[in-house]
Amino acid sequence: MVVKPLTGNYAAAYAAKLSRVKVVAAYPITPQTTIVEKLAQFIEDGEMDAKMIRVESEHSALAAAYGAASGGVRAYTATSSQGLLYMHEMVWWVAGSRIPLVMTIVTRTLGPPWNIWTDHSDIMDQRDSGWLIMMAEHNQEVLDETIKMFKITEDPRVFLPGIVGLDAFILSHTTEPVDIPDQELVDTFLPPRRQPYVFKPGDSLLMGNVPRNLKENMRMREDIHNSLEAAKKVIEEVDEEWGKLTGRRYGGLIECYRCEDASHFIVGMGAWVGDMREAVDSLRTNGIKVGLIKVRYVRPFPREDILKWVVNAKSVIVFDRSVSAGSAGPLFLDVAAHLMAAGIRVPVKNILAGITGLDVTYEDIADAVLKSVAEVEETGKFSRFIEWYYGR
Amino acid sequence: MPVTLRDLPKEKLLLPGNASCPGCPEALGLKYLGMALGKKVILVVPAGCTSIIQGLMPGGAFIYPTLNVPFASSDAVAAGVSAAKEILGEDAVVVAWGGDGGTADIGFATLSGAAERNDNIIHICVDNEAYMNTGIQRSSLTPYGAWTTTTWRGKRENKKELPLIMLMHKVPYVATASVGYPLDFIAKLRKAASIKGFKFIHLHAPCPVGWRFDPSKTVEVAKLAVETGMWILFEAEDGKVTISPPSRPYADKSKRKPIEEYIKLQGRFRTLTKDDIKILEKAVDDAWNTILKLAGK
Repeated sequence: MVVKPLTGNYAAAYAAKLSRVKVVAAYPITPQTTIVEKLAQFIEDGEMDAKMIRVESEHSALAAAYGAASGGVRAYTATSSQGLLYMHEMVWWVAGSRIPLVMTIVTRTLGPPWNIWTDHSDIMDQRDSGWLIMMAEHNQEVLDETIKMFKITEDPRVFLPGIVGLDAFILSHTTEPVDIPDQELVDTFLPPRRQPYVFKPGDSLLMGNVPRNLKENMRMREDIHNSLEAAKKVIEEVDEEWGKLTGRRYGGLIECYRCEDASHFIVGMGAWVGDMREAVDSLRTNGIKVGLIKVRYVRPFPREDILKWVVNAKSVIVFDRSVSAGSAGPLFLDVAAHLMAAGIRVPVKNILAGITGLDVTYEDIADAVLKSVAEVEETGKFSRFIEWYYGR
Repeated sequence: MPVTLRDLPKEKLLLPGNASCPGCPEALGLKYLGMALGKKVILVVPAGCTSIIQGLMPGGAFIYPTLNVPFASSDAVAAGVSAAKEILGEDAVVVAWGGDGGTADIGFATLSGAAERNDNIIHICVDNEAYMNTGIQRSSLTPYGAWTTTTWRGKRENKKELPLIMLMHKVPYVATASVGYPLDFIAKLRKAASIKGFKFIHLHAPCPVGWRFDPSKTVEVAKLAVETGMWILFEAEDGKVTISPPSRPYADKSKRKPIEEYIKLQGRFRTLTKDDIKILEKAVDDAWNTILKLAGK
């Protein structure tokens, strides 16, 4: 083990190397670019025994990674924003094929106008596709979760692809000390690749031809859903195993901060969870009993974990860094739907902030939460369920 | 080396009772593919007629392993599969089998990318000269004057010179072929499989449904395309162009049959005027002049 100052992007690149990825296929896009550059350097310097397919587009990046993974080797790609939307067709195809592979998404807003700053519009646009999707809070988590994601996605109970997300610049280009585990440790942790099938010459295998029976086809979609549900246990097991090896446990699908005696809960995911922790501390010094639920995995959605904490809460405030225009923030929609379905009647509110990369400070978060809590303490409810927050 | 019937395996890699239309040229091509490369093939198929021809899941008429993939992805997927097989030390020939749309139009950027990287795959463009699977819409490889369901009065633009565009990518092997000349196609497939890097074979595939001719005449129409000089069979190894034996006589313009013999069999050319035919004749002469120059003749 060695501690090195690493950007989030380099943490992702080191993780791919340590996971003994055999094929990398990627197309550069800001802010993902330095991942591709670093991997190209690892491979050219002989530090990483892999082939790099320097594709002409993101659509081809995921297509080539998918081809390699279907052919039986560990494959990796990374992208952002417009690039992710350009490959969106392949995103669904890979999940539908049940082919495990890992993709890093450096989250960046979508145009127009051209804008390279972070929000979660790109990653949340993939949430119905059947991939496992997680967001990291810091660079250590980027490295850890990328390695873990290979193990989780290649578990026969899962056999689906997985995304590790990190926020543009806030993580991708910011240097933090990161523990890089030894190769031997990762080799012990990560077994040889497993996958449901491999394309081999002479082995008659057809993938993806037209179905005779649409019930079977619908069952395939249900299987994806059920495997994501089953992945919850796998995520927790792998988290525990990694924790034993490295001393770093994250808590599975969510991580809680000062939740034990909390009356009001903030829900959020990604790099600004770090700011939310500070906001919680500052609100707590003002006597407000706030707890923070950090959503690590948005797919599968941590329904049980969240409900368990908020069942007796006075309010839940969900921060979204993207919006399903015409409805509400996607994280909020999930939380609200599952609260409702479980019969939990707690006032729930959506704060839409940081969209298009607008800077959000911990003071902003504390301010927005303070006002919301004040309202719910006074009236017992939120007068509006959605608030566009532009800062103080 | 010339291929003879005796060299060909008896085992079928395309099963009978598949879902192709009567007289389907793609079914012919798929049969020849199996004969040429046997069980080394891994097929990557973008959307198109071949998505249907293989039959319904969970069954299927293909003995070769087949990945069906989105339209614009076939060469990139094939490049990935090929990389995996090389890493695992397996002897495979990875073939991307796309139509004119999957190759020259929606799939073109992917094709060009794989060619420029010299990925170790064979791309076969099965050219039936329109989007047949969606119901006969024009493509960039539809010839001038042809009726389609998006060019009711005949296409006004010329067919894109795709084999030459691929030749300009400086890949190790480019060839044209025709379902009317199976031994020539099989020999080219075998040569392509023996070469490392990117190989492109453009297979002319007359479609009875889309071209409006009798399904018993697929081979006849395919041969007439060559005999009239409308389709030129050639190959290029490391850029060196050679006219293939079936087309050699037609380097001499006087040996070519009049293009009307080809055109009159096809309902899609029903509305051609005399002026249109002159335009097509000139296109034939121009194409031959270009190829002969490239062949150093």
